[in-house]
Amino acid sequence: MNLLGKLSWAAIPLHEPIIMGTVASVGAVILAALAWVTVKGYWPHLWREWITSVDHKRIGVMYLVFALIMLVRGFADGIMMRTQQAVAAGGAQGYLPPEHFDQIFSAHGTIMIFFVAMPLVIGLMNFAVPLQLGVRDVAFPTMNSVSLWLTATGILLINVSLFVGEFAKTGWVAYPPLSELQFSPGVGVDYYLWSLQISGIGTLLSGVNFVTTILKVRAPGMTYMRMPVFCWTALASNLLIVAAFPVLTALFAMLLLDRYLGFHFFTLDAGGNAMMYVNLFWVWGHPEVYILVLPAFGIYSEVSATFSGKPLFGYRSMVGATLVICVLSYTVWLHHFFTMGASAGLNAFFGITSMIIGVPTGVKVFNWLFTMYGGRVRFTVPVLWTIGFMVTFVFGGLTGVLLALPAVDWQVHNSVFLIAHFHHVIIPGVLFGAIAGYNYWFPKAFGFKLDERWGAASFWCWFIGFHLAFMPLYVTGLMGMTRRLQHYDVLAWQPWLLVAEAGAVIVMAGIICQVVQLVVSIRHREQLRDTTGDPWNGRTLEWATASPPPAWNFAVLPRVDELDAFWAKKQRVLTKQALPGRPHRYEPIEVPKNSPAGFVTAFFAVITGFALIWHIWWMAGIGLLGAAVTWLAFMFRVEGEVEISAEQVGQFDRTHVVEVSL
Amino acid sequence: MNVAVEMDDVRQSELVNVSEAGPAPKRIIASFGFWIFLLSDIVMFSALFASYAVLAKASAGGPTGTQLFNLRTAAMETAFLLLSSYSCGLMSLAINSRQHFGTFFGAVVTFLLGAAFLNLELREFHDMIAMGAAPQRSAFLSAFFTLVGCHGLHVTIGLVWLVLMMVQLSIRGFQGVVLRRLHCFSLFWHALDIIWVLIFTIVYLMGVLP
Amino acid sequence: MTDARWDVAPGDRPAIPASEQRASSGFLVYTIGLLLAVILTITSFWVANTSAIWAPGVPAGLAVLAIAQMGVHLVFFLHITTGPDSTHNVLALAFGVLIVFLVLAGSLVIMANLNENMMAHGEMINLQMQR
Repeated sequence: MNLLGKLSWAAIPLHEPIIMGTVASVGAVILAALAWVTVKGYWPHLWREWITSVDHKRIGVMYLVFALIMLVRGFADGIMMRTQQAVAAGGAQGYLPPEHFDQIFSAHGTIMIFFVAMPLVIGLMNFAVPLQLGVRDVAFPTMNSVSLWLTATGILLINVSLFVGEFAKTGWVAYPPLSELQFSPGVGVDYYLWSLQISGIGTLLSGVNFVTTILKVRAPGMTYMRMPVFCWTALASNLLIVAAFPVLTALFAMLLLDRYLGFHFFTLDAGGNAMMYVNLFWVWGHPEVYILVLPAFGIYSEVSATFSGKPLFGYRSMVGATLVICVLSYTVWLHHFFTMGASAGLNAFFGITSMIIGVPTGVKVFNWLFTMYGGRVRFTVPVLWTIGFMVTFVFGGLTGVLLALPAVDWQVHNSVFLIAHFHHVIIPGVLFGAIAGYNYWFPKAFGFKLDERWGAASFWCWFIGFHLAFMPLYVTGLMGMTRRLQHYDVLAWQPWLLVAEAGAVIVMAGIICQVVQLVVSIRHREQLRDTTGDPWNGRTLEWATASPPPAWNFAVLPRVDELDAFWAKKQRVLTKQALPGRPHRYEPIEVPKNSPAGFVTAFFAVITGFALIWHIWWMAGIGLLGAAVTWLAFMFRVEGEVEISAEQVGQFDRTHVVEVSL
Repeated sequence: MNVAVEMDDVRQSELVNVSEAGPAPKRIIASFGFWIFLLSDIVMFSALFASYAVLAKASAGGPTGTQLFNLRTAAMETAFLLLSSYSCGLMSLAINSRQHFGTFFGAVVTFLLGAAFLNLELREFHDMIAMGAAPQRSAFLSAFFTLVGCHGLHVTIGLVWLVLMMVQLSIRGFQGVVLRRLHCFSLFWHALDIIWVLIFTIVYLMGVLP
Repeated sequence: MTDARWDVAPGDRPAIPASEQRASSGFLVYTIGLLLAVILTITSFWVANTSAIWAPGVPAGLAVLAIAQMGVHLVFFLHITTGPDSTHNVLALAFGVLIVFLVLAGSLVIMANLNENMMAHGEMINLQMQR
């Protein structure tokens, strides 16, 4: 019996120069970073303050760090594909052989959805929701840390697949029978399944955490209709996580059983039904895109209200539209497989529901427009991203309404027209929103603003680059170009694909601008310092704390009397109807204790996942045992909380008197 | 958790509506969070049920439900699980009254009944595999073993959890965190019985209909 | 904080904090629940095995009995009520039931429709790649 299962030295693709080059450079960067941390002696600080932290603010920042790093990898996959398609026309074969190209488009989709968009959105919700609700932390802080680190496990596994073994060649959706053992005998699909299954558990736990927090843990006086809209969209998104991710868990479990134990859920023989995979995948897949976009819509609501100096227009209709989208998102999923063979009547039903779901989104767009209309709009970087979103997303959404017609979809299904459509909604929808949120809340998280000029430059590069990269795909899609092509013979497509390549390069410039923006901002942080805790003249409670807030967020939980509680308080202070209040008596505060449980669980999850992928059964056993021991140790821990003394709370408040005066 | 209201805004008499009373007590937070988790688990079971329903007739020329399912065994399994749910309820009453002996007794009865259920189920699986009705035989059998096996796995996890809780109870007594966890266990155990109602109805009873 | 009328935790009996619920009234509730569940279970097994009921109606009858028994569990064992302090718990349950319904009904309708249109029985045997 082979002790190492399927693993051998042959798993390392020494003959692939691109992969080896990437691994060498990334490895060098990682080693340099680790060496720097060691030399500076930062390990105890890193362990205490970040890795074992259960503070939602720290966890939110770490999610964003993971997401932004994976954005670089996902984008690299994208620009590699664009480059290949720009050159591989007619006689030219390009530089990526098909087996490699297939892994790239599969990894691109998987990484962008699961390890860029999800962590961006979850990270921003982590950071902002408890602050906006006026409370100290989420409902289950240690579970929050577990969720973060299980996501990191998935990230680690998918990155390891680059140089140990291979990744799936099935596309990011991994339809059987291609993803079954018979047609994908390698480890690629197993890397896909285990990395997503493990991080999916983390996401589900996050969903439970935030639904409970938003419903049960709010400041005194904050009724539902006094909650910020971002919290409403966070609630809807997390309800969808709780409702949709279990389906994906069951689905991947079934495919794993097929692959590992020879079951017949989706096989070609013994009665399996591959169409059922497609059905259940999209039962999850459609709510997933709303999970991603709803918090981004929430960010746009906050940004447009704050920087117009006006309350959000139509708060009630915003809340209503959000909840309607939440429910309707569970009624449209068949539009992802109109061409799989359902009858015209069934297709028509789902086509109609897919059009109906555009209506509440339209309500939101009008509300944002009316918020800005008549306001004194400050064109800060978050507002640039918001306007860019409004201009772009509407057209992307319109192509969605087009595709909702089964007859139209039959012409362009699986062509690059579809690729153009979903990038046309996801990038302005989710990514622009996440970047707006990142710029908006950065000063709260770190105490200094991001540089405006480099931020604007990155926006314009993204905006122009995005359009150049994706508009040509509508044209080539209508000319017949299917998706996932490593090579093509229709030379008429090439000029369009060259334009798309130029767009990708400009987007790359935009990403570089964002990196420069961060570096410049850190260098100039004293000039950019946020001294009041309220750099944007904000409306919601997170701006009533110091920047960055202390671990306990608020010395005294704020009493909330109306919507936009912070703005209302500021108005009362300005018109002398109320004094800026600081409690005269501080009380000790209990905060949740830091815990290594999350990190250690994830460590054993990596071992288990890797072992299962390579069929190293004894190692999987050890990983599971380690996870179980970690659970036991956590279950039997004696103290779950740490007390911050009243003096410490008072001292912080007194030092930051300007920032917490309201 | 310390919640102090701002000094200039004391309107205690208006603090009646639960939606504006501030963060809820820990028992409510823990129970509600677990309730949401249970609902997600039920959604997962519904995906497995959907697959079972789609594949129920896909026996690929192999053994069918009518040939395989023994209703006497299913009835006994149902009885064991239902009674264990009852004993779990009695255990909850003992916990509410902080009675150590009643709690342990209820836990032991619940455990034994749950273990009896599992024993019957494992025997059933073993017999089916021995006669050639393994999950690898057909899509119908794959779906059956996965759905019923997933439920059985949950029951197993529940039994392990129950043992750990009794250990923790004997060490810590009826502390707040122990009470919350015991309460979550009882939610879990009752939910498992609810799922079993669906399983014995849809899989066993409907499975033997002509 | 104790002034507020808090919601009831799922699984607790409404209006009475857990520590004050009298064991005897609780015992009655659980016992009645058990008896009802036993009756419904026995009835289900009988319905599935008898020829006294019109055959096409049997699945529907079984479904109704199953739903009734789930209701018995929810009310008597999990203490779900329609009181105002139980709203969150009921809403969450209702949301879960809605999702389960959409997943099950949607999948069954779609798969039946697809199978009818796409699975020509007997012609799918040779789909495996000829290597």
